[in-house]
Amino acid sequence: MKIAVLVKEVPDAAVQKRIDPSSGRLDRSGEKNLNPYDTHAIEAAMQIKEGGAVEVDEIVAVTMGPESAVRALHKAVSLGADRSVHLSDAALAGSDVAATGYALAQVLKRESPDLVLLGQQSDDGECYTIGAVVAEYLGQPSLTQVIKLDIAGTELTCERQAEYGYDTVKVTLPAVISVGDAINEPRYPSLKAIMGAKKKPLETVSVGDAEIDASKVGADGSNVKCGDFKAPPSKSAGTIIEDDDTDDTVAKIVAWLDERKLLA
Amino acid sequence: MSNILVYALHYEGAFNKNSLGAVAEASRLAGELGGEAHAVVVGEGISDELAGALGKYGAKKVYKAEGPEGLAGPVIDTLGKLFDGGDYEYAVFGGGLLGFEIGAGLAARIDAGVTMEVTGVNVVDGKLAAERPILGDSSISTSRYKGKGIIIARLNAFEVKETGDGDAPVEAITTELSTQAQQANIVTRGEQRGADVDIEGASILVAGGRGLGKAEGFELCDDLAKAFGNNAAVAATRAVVDAGWYPYAAQIGQTGKTVAPKLYLAAGISGAIQHKVGMQASENIVAINKDANAPIFEFSDLGIVGDLNKILPKLTEAVKARKG
Ligand SMILES: Cc1cc2nc3c(=O)[nH]c(=O)nc-3n(C[C@H](O)[C@H](O)[C@H](O)COP(=O)(O)OP(=O)(O)OC[C@H]3O[C@@H](n4cnc5c(N)ncnc54)[C@H](O)[C@@H]3O)c2cc1C
Repeated sequence: MKIAVLVKEVPDAAVQKRIDPSSGRLDRSGEKNLNPYDTHAIEAAMQIKEGGAVEVDEIVAVTMGPESAVRALHKAVSLGADRSVHLSDAALAGSDVAATGYALAQVLKRESPDLVLLGQQSDDGECYTIGAVVAEYLGQPSLTQVIKLDIAGTELTCERQAEYGYDTVKVTLPAVISVGDAINEPRYPSLKAIMGAKKKPLETVSVGDAEIDASKVGADGSNVKCGDFKAPPSKSAGTIIEDDDTDDTVAKIVAWLDERKLLA
Repeated sequence: MSNILVYALHYEGAFNKNSLGAVAEASRLAGELGGEAHAVVVGEGISDELAGALGKYGAKKVYKAEGPEGLAGPVIDTLGKLFDGGDYEYAVFGGGLLGFEIGAGLAARIDAGVTMEVTGVNVVDGKLAAERPILGDSSISTSRYKGKGIIIARLNAFEVKETGDGDAPVEAITTELSTQAQQANIVTRGEQRGADVDIEGASILVAGGRGLGKAEGFELCDDLAKAFGNNAAVAATRAVVDAGWYPYAAQIGQTGKTVAPKLYLAAGISGAIQHKVGMQASENIVAINKDANAPIFEFSDLGIVGDLNKILPKLTEAVKARKG
């Protein structure tokens, strides 16, 4: 079988993110990295491949993004993917989550994998949603927040944390599964794998190559327009007590709680 | 066309609070748009009584569809069909796993715009505009929709309000499940693991972080929660869950639960952004941390700079004494 892993390049979490005040857009300069959740998706693919329950012919990493996004693909390949596909086209700039999911689904249709894996959220964006959008465009079932995955033939048994506790769901392939970071501990790429990553096949695909309807992507093809960035309501600074005399401190806490009827 | 559909999730005969907030908010918005909010319930053998009760929160009609519970597919099929009827322009979901899955899938199904993690919605020029915090909540962006719009709230972002005039009429509808919906089947739902912690239902949460020093440190939090009584529970940060000091079911934050209790008391927690997003909606935030520069003090209502090992035991005694 064939597994596709969707990956994304995101600003490094350790770097302060900001909106460029002149353009009102996210400032995408600065350090970038492979979205941490996606490393768990690659690891999950590797564990299926190495697990022996099914025969995995190849793992393909797929991304959509500007030229710089190839770095995310190199990282994905160094972590074990066999090759990668980069959907890159000026026509895609400004796509909203539904348009992005549609475009990725078109690329996946060319690949027709048995299983699509991705991280359940990206550090910079659309939480829990892209997998469900991609699945809908592919006409496949989708599960998100999956923290355990077993495969047998064409059936997946997935565990996930849901509103009332844990769910176990059986899914018939092909399917799109978004994984949480509790699913595994991603491996570190070896130096050899890092060095070799640039030599593994990388295909760059345009909107035309993937038969993407250009009127359905990009800022104009998107159904949502974002703007009017504003600062969140500022919260007035709270009271601070330095604990010099603990009895006194505790009396103050109790009085504070009392005033707000929290000890009723 | 200014009607809004809203999905209400239920489990073992009760709707979840987050869904009730979504129904109340959809009802307010539909009112401003000059339309109605209609709720959708999907499940096995749902009584009319249960479904109709959504009227109290402002739903003017409730559709009930027979189908497997806890999965997105059957709900997307049901909502998609209702949208095909042409009477609806928007759908509103509370957050949580199913809200995200259904909302996103439905957006693709009906070719709508979707916004997730929404914390506020306004009517602007006769249309809905959704506000979403971005960049670790340092900025808020507004989404406007070209045509149909789907709004998925941040967990518990909408207040539960009983603004309706009583029970709503219930209409039973049938949905034919799509192939993809049939490809996912629930084996077990709502299994409790690791602990009998119900941090979402508690009105007081005593949360512990790495500052507790070791697993046994949680006894300090347990004792204080017990002193507060029935309505209190213990929560934890990811750092301590990863360290195995406390079960995952109690984890607050980006990769854990989002809560909004009346009181959130954070002990030995630094206040990292991933933790903050899970608890900032709490009504009153009290933090105890020995580091005066800990980020948690930037968003706490009452901050105590000191050693939790000294403060918590005495606070527990004092609360016990007060509660008598
Ligand atoms: C993708 C991603 C997702 C994440 N998701 C989550 C999430 O869902 N939830 C979450 O919580 N975190 C999450 N994190 C981790 C988060 O960034 C922080 O590392 C974590 O919240 C820190 O937990 P902490 O406050 O317990 O520990 P620390 O940051 O180590 O803070 C401990 C605090 O205790 C104080 N302290 C120490 N001793 C004492 C004492 N005796 N008395 C009083 N104070 C004391 C210290 O001054 C310090 O401020 C995530 C991170 C990433 C990258």
